[in-house]
Amino acid sequence: MELVERVLAGDQWAISKAISAVENGGPEGRAIMKAVFPHVGGAVRIGITGPPGVGKSTLCDAITGVLRPAGRRVGIISVDPSSAFTGGALLGDRIRMGRVAEDPEVFMRSMATRGAFGGLSRATQDAADLLDAAGCQTLLIETVGVGQSEIEVARAADCVGVVLSPESGDGIQAMKSGLMEIADLVVINKADRVGADKLEYDIRSAFELGLKSRRETPILLTEAHRSKGVPELVGAIDQFVAACRADGRFEARRRCNMESRLRQIAEFMIHHSLFEVNGASRRVEALAQRVLERRQSSYDAAEELVREALDPNRGANS
Amino acid sequence: MTAKPRRTFRVLVAKPGLDGHDRGAKVVAAALRDAGFEVVYTGLHQTPEMIVNAALQEDVDAVCVSILSGAHMTLFPEILDLMKRKGMNDVLLCGGGIVPPEDAEQLNRLGVGRLFGPGTDTRDIVEYLTETLPVLRPAG
Repeated sequence: MELVERVLAGDQWAISKAISAVENGGPEGRAIMKAVFPHVGGAVRIGITGPPGVGKSTLCDAITGVLRPAGRRVGIISVDPSSAFTGGALLGDRIRMGRVAEDPEVFMRSMATRGAFGGLSRATQDAADLLDAAGCQTLLIETVGVGQSEIEVARAADCVGVVLSPESGDGIQAMKSGLMEIADLVVINKADRVGADKLEYDIRSAFELGLKSRRETPILLTEAHRSKGVPELVGAIDQFVAACRADGRFEARRRCNMESRLRQIAEFMIHHSLFEVNGASRRVEALAQRVLERRQSSYDAAEELVREALDPNRGANS
Repeated sequence: MTAKPRRTFRVLVAKPGLDGHDRGAKVVAAALRDAGFEVVYTGLHQTPEMIVNAALQEDVDAVCVSILSGAHMTLFPEILDLMKRKGMNDVLLCGGGIVPPEDAEQLNRLGVGRLFGPGTDTRDIVEYLTETLPVLRPAG
């Protein structure tokens, strides 16, 4: 495929089209992903997550500002929510990325969640694979502004930074399951504001109550808009990744992430085959009618649907 | 008011140059969002290069530019030229702001799409894009 050749050569137009193809979920996207796979895996994937408004986008911009002069090829994927009502989205991450905007070598793509709930969109990892295959060395994957339990990024990244701001809450928040558990690093952004030291202390104290591995989680203070603390953050990320590579955690995590990825893709395929191929909704309608007429049990009808959906030839062209 | 587009259209809303009046751009961005579009908003002070580069990376169907500074006769042709050079022939460039009719006509002849002035009903913008975009990029 010519498009794939151009993606591998780093052509931005081609990368952009390829991401759209996987995002739209058609057969072309699937074919592209099948073709690029031998070239995927070289890039280090950094997840940036945290509540809305803590400065994730600004931080991505600042991190890029540190990585680029060091000669690294950087790709950024930023996810913002789609409306559950209209499907529309305001993708506003670029507003915070002045440095990125001035550097045409950095590929930055905004994605809408399009109905996904884990903090990323269904195609976010595909887009990351494409940027990886196109030669990016570092990928920043920025989630939507998350609450406490949207932690899918932990299964998409080699290292996750959870970004908070001094307004993010007290130590009890840091003790809860969910978001704080996926932090390989904690970043307290807007550290010039009142309460940053207190939050750092609270998080440190909360971590000390838990597992030993938690206690060593680095906590970094940054002021992303003027890059203060950001070189140190990049240093901490590099150090974390290097340590993981040295002691096998890197490989183990990639294996674990890949397992969950495969489950996700298979799930999507089955869901698609069940409900989205041509004629699927009519089939459901017909079976529902049979159940309503008491000619078949709902479980028998559902078994029939599943049997049909798993037919490998079904939906191959949809 | 929602004429829902058949597939998810992506549009870039941008403000080039030094003009800092972004109320109009925000109103349009919000209207398009509510009509089911994915709107990439770049914010203020964008150069034509930044706008076109963002449009390329985001694979948008349309670039909507708001200009109130009087620089439209420079900025629109520059953006259009850059888009052509990057092979973005199927991407619509349109916009709004203070553009006198005779200037608008000249820009239309160059290949710029509709330019919406003050007082425009946002539904007209939604309708224009919903009708124009599927023709420009049918497969999508």
